[in-house]
Amino acid sequence: MMKRDIVIIGGGPAGLAAAISCFENGNRDILILERETYLGGILNQCIHNGFGLHTFKEELTGPEYAGRYVDKVRDLGIDYRLDTMVIDINQEKVVSAINEKDGLLQIQAKAVILAMGCRERSRGALNIPGYRPAGIFSAGTAQRYVNIEGYMPGKQVVILGSGDIGLIMARRMTLEGAKVKMVCEIMPYSGGLKRNIVQCLDDYGIPLKLNHTVTKIFGKERVTGVNVSEVDPATRMPIPGTEEYVACDTLLLSVGLIPENELSRKAHVKINPKTQGPEVDESLSTSIPGIFAAGNVLHVHDLVDFVSQEAALAGKFAVKYIAGLSQDGSAVAVEPQNGVRYSVPSRIHPGNAEDITVIRFRTDNVYRDVFLSVYLDEERVMHLKKRILTPGEMEQVNIPKKWITDRPGLSRIRILVEKE
Amino acid sequence: MYDVCIIGAGVVGSSVARALSKYQLTMVVVEKEADVCEETSKANSGIVHSGYDAHPGSMKAKMNVRGSKMMESFCRDLDIPYHRNGSLVLAFSPEDLPRLEALRKQGYENGVEGLRVLNREEVLAMEPNLNDTVAGALYAPTGGIVDPFKLTIAQAEVAALNGTEFRFETKVIDIEKIGEGFKIFTDKGELTAKVVVNAAGVYADDINNQLSARKLKITPRKGEYCLFDKEVGNLVSHTVFQLPTALGKGVLVTPTPDGNLLVGPSANDIIDKEDNSTTAEGLSSIVAKARQSVKSIPMGFVITAFAGLRATEAGGDFVIGEADDVPGFFNAAGIESPGLTSAPVIGDDLAAMIAQKLRLKEKTTYVSKRKDVVRFESLSVEEKASLIRENPDYGKIVCRCELVTVAQIKDAIHRPLGAKTLDGIKRRTRAGAGRCQGGFCAPRVIEILSKELHLDPREVAKFNPNSVLLVEFDKDSL
Ligand SMILES: Cc1cc2nc3c(=O)[nH]c(=O)nc-3n(C[C@H](O)[C@H](O)[C@H](O)COP(=O)(O)OP(=O)(O)OC[C@H]3O[C@@H](n4cnc5c(N)ncnc54)[C@H](O)[C@@H]3O)c2cc1C
Ligand SMILES: Cc1cc2nc3c(=O)[nH]c(=O)nc-3n(C[C@H](O)[C@H](O)[C@H](O)COP(=O)(O)OP(=O)(O)OC[C@H]3O[C@@H](n4cnc5c(N)ncnc54)[C@H](O)[C@@H]3O)c2cc1C
Repeated sequence: MMKRDIVIIGGGPAGLAAAISCFENGNRDILILERETYLGGILNQCIHNGFGLHTFKEELTGPEYAGRYVDKVRDLGIDYRLDTMVIDINQEKVVSAINEKDGLLQIQAKAVILAMGCRERSRGALNIPGYRPAGIFSAGTAQRYVNIEGYMPGKQVVILGSGDIGLIMARRMTLEGAKVKMVCEIMPYSGGLKRNIVQCLDDYGIPLKLNHTVTKIFGKERVTGVNVSEVDPATRMPIPGTEEYVACDTLLLSVGLIPENELSRKAHVKINPKTQGPEVDESLSTSIPGIFAAGNVLHVHDLVDFVSQEAALAGKFAVKYIAGLSQDGSAVAVEPQNGVRYSVPSRIHPGNAEDITVIRFRTDNVYRDVFLSVYLDEERVMHLKKRILTPGEMEQVNIPKKWITDRPGLSRIRILVEKE
Repeated sequence: MYDVCIIGAGVVGSSVARALSKYQLTMVVVEKEADVCEETSKANSGIVHSGYDAHPGSMKAKMNVRGSKMMESFCRDLDIPYHRNGSLVLAFSPEDLPRLEALRKQGYENGVEGLRVLNREEVLAMEPNLNDTVAGALYAPTGGIVDPFKLTIAQAEVAALNGTEFRFETKVIDIEKIGEGFKIFTDKGELTAKVVVNAAGVYADDINNQLSARKLKITPRKGEYCLFDKEVGNLVSHTVFQLPTALGKGVLVTPTPDGNLLVGPSANDIIDKEDNSTTAEGLSSIVAKARQSVKSIPMGFVITAFAGLRATEAGGDFVIGEADDVPGFFNAAGIESPGLTSAPVIGDDLAAMIAQKLRLKEKTTYVSKRKDVVRFESLSVEEKASLIRENPDYGKIVCRCELVTVAQIKDAIHRPLGAKTLDGIKRRTRAGAGRCQGGFCAPRVIEILSKELHLDPREVAKFNPNSVLLVEFDKDSL
């Protein structure tokens, strides 16, 4: 069996940033395993710009952003295998993968970093009645056809769901010659970034129909149309009589991303039901010591910059763990409350934490003119005025370690939305 | 002139073809769709019923019980996924317990072995996720589950291996009796045959009524289903039926041979024989009924929904055999449930009748077995490694959900009656049948299909030429 200090599963932005960070923090015995024929992950098909504003202070396309990390990984001589699918990890950190050349690869790792990204939710999850013709695609699959393979999956398009990929694809399909008739969103607000609504829909005159969903699919062989209905915002059930037939040959679904944690489950990593990603502490360590997670496998990000930051931190802590320098001791729980849907991490060991721990989270609804508050037990230590908080944009707060060490006996950090 | 022409390549037509292909004859199967198993045989519960359901003495009862008894060895020979998981029929009130007993007696009369009525505690011990309101159940240890696609495909493959010709995308429009045979008019020209077998599913009445004065009337009865992720595939381990109530026939909750969970079907008579769409009412009704059986239905884990049409004949029973007013014309009509279970026997019986009629001799070269596409996911680590050493294409994953490799896809394409479409690949390998429903693998499968079959990617379809996925190059419409 092969031995490596650090095995990284997934060579997307998370995997790449984690690898570079491990190297820079002094451990060079690294192996990245990637199932695609190239490094860079989902960014390879994101040919639009808008990546890296935070990291590089310039607007890059997805492949350009990924390219900078890929170049660095190559320059540093970090080992990676492509076309290599990890099929198993166990609690002892034995990673099993297969590829054409090596056949079955089994690697005993000292630390594993999970960086498998996420997958798109499919039609089944929505249970839209009707036929099952060709012409129904998840938006990311359509993005691959258009941006990587060079083929159009349709000409007359309805998009269900206003997640970022759906918004980006509304613009892309339009630019490539299709007519995008509308984007329907069942919620009263979009799940995507504000800037994408402006730049991908408004600029092209594509209507965004909030509180609307697709209630029936027509066409036995290829989609010929869909029924779009208004929903009652309270129940999210279609309102009878509001259905409108929209002729189209394509339905794109952008109805959510789910962290891809089949492997994590095999290793018995504890999964947070809200994020569908592993539960982690300040070091991005999962419930299994020595298994770390970062990027979309942990929770779905809208901006890649934060993926890279998070992954770099995971890499640093993985090196520390292997060196035997991790200190856990007692932990303080991080609790999302009132309006905050989840938070990552979910606990902080002050003995192990950096000077500042970044807590990332999303709200469960749109809130206007509210306060974002942080409480240390019952003591309010942060009270930020927010003009708007929406589930489509990830938020973060910085928790200085000192806040915790100054308060022996502190049991929990609460993050919540307050009216005043 | 062919000796035999079979109309329809569902499980029944394929079974007749398999059973007849052991004789020396010329035979053609004519199918309007682009592949075998494109209609009812692809959209059903996949249950090998034990046989307590049908009226004693009926064709259904006899065929069912024989089918159930032979299914295990049949599936072993043809390498078809089959599992004898046993089934339960639940009763929800003490008043209904006598009905379980009546069902047991009926099963006994039909020749079903091992039937037992269980009390509440026994049922809950067997299936802890069932609703506490269950009052008792009929237990049928011989009930089983089978992969309906493979049951059809494997039989068609055996027929093809033994020289049967298949004509796809060829629809029978009309049939005429001529001299000592029949002239069959299709949308792709005519052909003649001494014997015609009508295995046209919901259209078997139309075919019959062109020749026979004994008219048949088939009403399509739609059944809708929800299919769930493997993650909840072990919600129950037996096939769980319900006693029919005032609310109608119950629904079943069952694992599938591949480890998913299946809930359904509804039962609605419809008019349009092409309408296999799902409906909001149908899907919500099956879920509501299933909630009576199991404590909670994990709706977040639905991966797809589908519907199939039962070929319900007015007489209520299978119509099998030579039409008495049309010598040489054999029916396999009205084959609704338990048609899947009965299909191998229906094939054997019809083949025997036809062989006698045409005085056919057995071949010496008959191939009675076939190997399925490798099920890579289910192999041990060592077996996987050794397969990759033999053929590196096993090291290239195409479908992440079901762990299907390039080697399996190529095998599915190049074997007898190989796959030509995405759905064809899915039914033969499970690529695209998992939780992401092809989101990940479809681009890869399109690429392999187009390479192996020398097609332009824009010609690669989901199931027929009108169901293509990619319509043009980027910017073609600008
Ligand atoms: C369509 C789209 C538009 C976006 N737009 C923007 C934007 O405008 N600006 C922005 O900043 N961010 C954007 N993002 C977000 C950003 O791209 C993602 O957050 C980021 O790519 C996530 O990185 P990751 O490494 O976690 O996941 P991924 O990029 O998905 O990488 C995961 C990698 O792991 C591999 N992998 C998974 N499982 C296995 C296995 N079992 N074995 C081997 N390898 C495996 C995958 O092949 C993949 O390469 C967008 C994302 C998408 C999808
Ligand atoms: C909801 C539901 C649940 C069921 N559950 C079970 C179960 O659990 N267990 C069980 O044993 N049975 C079950 N059945 C029954 C079983 O599925 C059927 O009995 C069986 O599939 C019928 O097979 P077939 O070959 O007769 O029909 P089909 O599979 O419909 O095949 C008929 C073929 O004929 C072709 N055809 C029709 N007209 C023409 C024409 N003019 N020219 C050329 N080709 C033509 C069609 O395209 C089709 O491929 C169920 C059925 C349904 C609908």
